[in-house]
Amino acid sequence: MYDAPNLGAKVEQKTNKIEANGVQVYYGDTHAIKDVSVAIESNTVTAFIGPSGCGKSTFLRCLNRMNDTIDICRIEGDIRLDGEDIYDKRVDPVQLRAKVGMVFQKPNPFPKSIYDNIAYGPRIHGLAKSKADLDEIVEKSLRRGAIWNEVKDRLHEPGTGLSGGQQQRLCIARAIATEPEVLLMDEPCSALDPIATAQVEELIDELRAQYSVVIVTHSMQQAARVSQKTAFFHLGHLVEYDNTSTIFTNPRDERTESYITGRIG
Amino acid sequence: MNAGLVILAVIALATLGYFVGRARALAKAGGDIRGLHSLPNYYGQTVFLFTAVPALLVCVGWLLLQPLYVEHRVSDMITPADIAEGSSQSLVMADIRRIATGLDTAVARGALTGADLSSLSADATDVRALLAGVGVALASEVKGSVLAAAKEYRAATATLKMAMSVVVILIALAGFVLSLRRLRPDFRARNVSETAIKALLILASSVAILTTVGIIFSLVFETANFFGLHSAADFFFGLTWNPQFRGGSDLGILPLLWGTLYVSFVALLFAVPIGLLVAIYLSEYASNRVRTIVKPAVEILAGIPTIVYGLFALITVGPLLRDYFAQPLGLGTSSSSVLTAGLVMGVMLIPFVSSLSDDVINAVPQSMRDGSYGLGATQSETVKQVILPAALPGIVGAILLAASRAIGETMIVVMGAGAAAKLSLNPLEAMTTITVKIVSQLTGDTEFASPETLVAFALGLSLFVVTLGLNVLALYIVRKYREQYE
Ligand SMILES: Nc1ncnc2c1ncn2[C@@H]1O[C@H](COP(=O)(O)OP(=O)(O)OP(=O)(O)O)[C@@H](O)[C@H]1O
Ligand SMILES: [Mg+2]
Repeated sequence: MYDAPNLGAKVEQKTNKIEANGVQVYYGDTHAIKDVSVAIESNTVTAFIGPSGCGKSTFLRCLNRMNDTIDICRIEGDIRLDGEDIYDKRVDPVQLRAKVGMVFQKPNPFPKSIYDNIAYGPRIHGLAKSKADLDEIVEKSLRRGAIWNEVKDRLHEPGTGLSGGQQQRLCIARAIATEPEVLLMDEPCSALDPIATAQVEELIDELRAQYSVVIVTHSMQQAARVSQKTAFFHLGHLVEYDNTSTIFTNPRDERTESYITGRIG
Repeated sequence: MNAGLVILAVIALATLGYFVGRARALAKAGGDIRGLHSLPNYYGQTVFLFTAVPALLVCVGWLLLQPLYVEHRVSDMITPADIAEGSSQSLVMADIRRIATGLDTAVARGALTGADLSSLSADATDVRALLAGVGVALASEVKGSVLAAAKEYRAATATLKMAMSVVVILIALAGFVLSLRRLRPDFRARNVSETAIKALLILASSVAILTTVGIIFSLVFETANFFGLHSAADFFFGLTWNPQFRGGSDLGILPLLWGTLYVSFVALLFAVPIGLLVAIYLSEYASNRVRTIVKPAVEILAGIPTIVYGLFALITVGPLLRDYFAQPLGLGTSSSSVLTAGLVMGVMLIPFVSSLSDDVINAVPQSMRDGSYGLGATQSETVKQVILPAALPGIVGAILLAASRAIGETMIVVMGAGAAAKLSLNPLEAMTTITVKIVSQLTGDTEFASPETLVAFALGLSLFVVTLGLNVLALYIVRKYREQYE
């Protein structure tokens, strides 16, 4: 059901990319995340699973300070990226988000051409030295997003004209184009067909060589296929966090077991 | 019976029909609502509609056609000899109508009896004095043929009114009876109601459209008269505007058009950037607390009457610009100038641009902002590259609305820019606009049929064409943009 390639070979080089300690999140009076502590390792795919509304997206958005854009959202606790507190006053959230990229639950291409959608991040951060350079970044990103073949002849048509699944892959390609160190993906495959899903999973596996990837998913099979670590959330609590193999074969908490076997949801 | 009473009677009958219809439908279904195709109210409405609508339509049609018919009949009784020197057929007809109403009043007040009336003749009685006694003043003595026509007019009107009452009430009764007889439990009363609502909606929108058509027609008609009296080439291409009382005026639209466009341009140059920046600040940067104070404060500007802006231009801005810019720079000595009117009008337009743009920007989905922030863009990068492009069609709409407002503005221009028609590039000189000249040509002692007055209609039509053109342009831009991005 799951594969753990080269787990043994690489395990000793892994460091903690992100460390969260005692994180609490409130939306006004709603307590959405309750005392969550988790360490996300570099060169690892971490899956967040859990029933709808349990706070997976909320926690994910804490990791790149996207919750700053929500007025009523309040965050307590400590989140460190490479040992540096990301909620420290000296940290520029804009800089942080360039390092911690995000793919959202709903595809949200900009009302621009496909090319400009991908080139958006590289242009803002000055990643391309020339037009040819930019062209190359765009092509590479689209290829890695598994959508190049479908759009290579219509790069200058609007990104909003693509189908839902194509839009989602466009957004994935857009996020990789800025070369983040951590990629947060909120249900990236929920609108994709099995072929595109397989392509995206392959991409995620490939990204692991350079980045940390955190993926929220409702598909147990997907979590088992792509991730090395799995975190199970329930009602705002982090119930269990362990190697994916352990979670799926030998969970410690009975809530985890019920969830992955489909008894609670 | 007069028309008002007839209409009331029809409505009363229809209301009765509503209750009877409802009760009858229920009774036919044996008191069980589930046995009916529609709720009982709909059966009531059906009877109401069948009773009232045809009868009222006939009534309205009759009221519209009756005067036409009567006048046609009466006008045959007037010979060209009855029309005095300097008068016209239509003036005589107006006299006849006045005499007829006068006679009605006289009979109603008892100054005349029915018998008196039939024997009344212009030679025997002083009709003018008689009518003056009941408050109807006539310009001249009443001729025999005119009096006869007036009597005929009165008689025909009375007969037709009577006939109308009878016909309308009969139709209402027929509708009442027929619709009640057709009520069966499986009658689709809901659908009748639906059709009636649709018809009502169509009627409402056609009022708007027909009014527009009417306005255009009256403008076109008077404009055609104007071009009959004045050369079109002078109007469209003449470079001077110089109306004379004694005729021989130069009525070139170009100086006025230039003034209009120049003042509007200055106003938009001022209002669009400021309005847009205000909108961006309010929707993207301002905290909720600031927003609740600033937004209404800006919108107050839209509520200030334009005459107050005019005063501001006249008393404050005009002299200020003259003393600190125009005179030191040697560009003019007048306190009214294009710049004065443009700036003050610009202030007036700020809320138009800002309020609409704010709404449009707020309508851009949050996911667009998230997407951009998630890629590490700053707020201003997000606004510039994602939000403004996404909101562009709406913003163009806001700007064009402000532009039509600017082009149609009158008061600020009169008081700020003056009334001198001039073709000049200097923004510190007095100029004037089309709207100002329309007002000044129509308010005055000039004769209504002279080209100096009729030119107002030609100016109005030109203004209309310009604003229409702007709207078409707006649609075109918006549509083009949509095709690209949706
Ligand atoms: N912007 C917000 N304002 C107020 N409450 C919110 C907001 N976003 C999320 N919440 C609340 O926080 C809780 C967690 O929501 P979250 O979106 O993180 O769930 P999720 O685990 O991602 O669910 P799903 O799997 O359905 O996406 C929910 O109870 C939700 O109602
Ligand atoms: Mg979610």
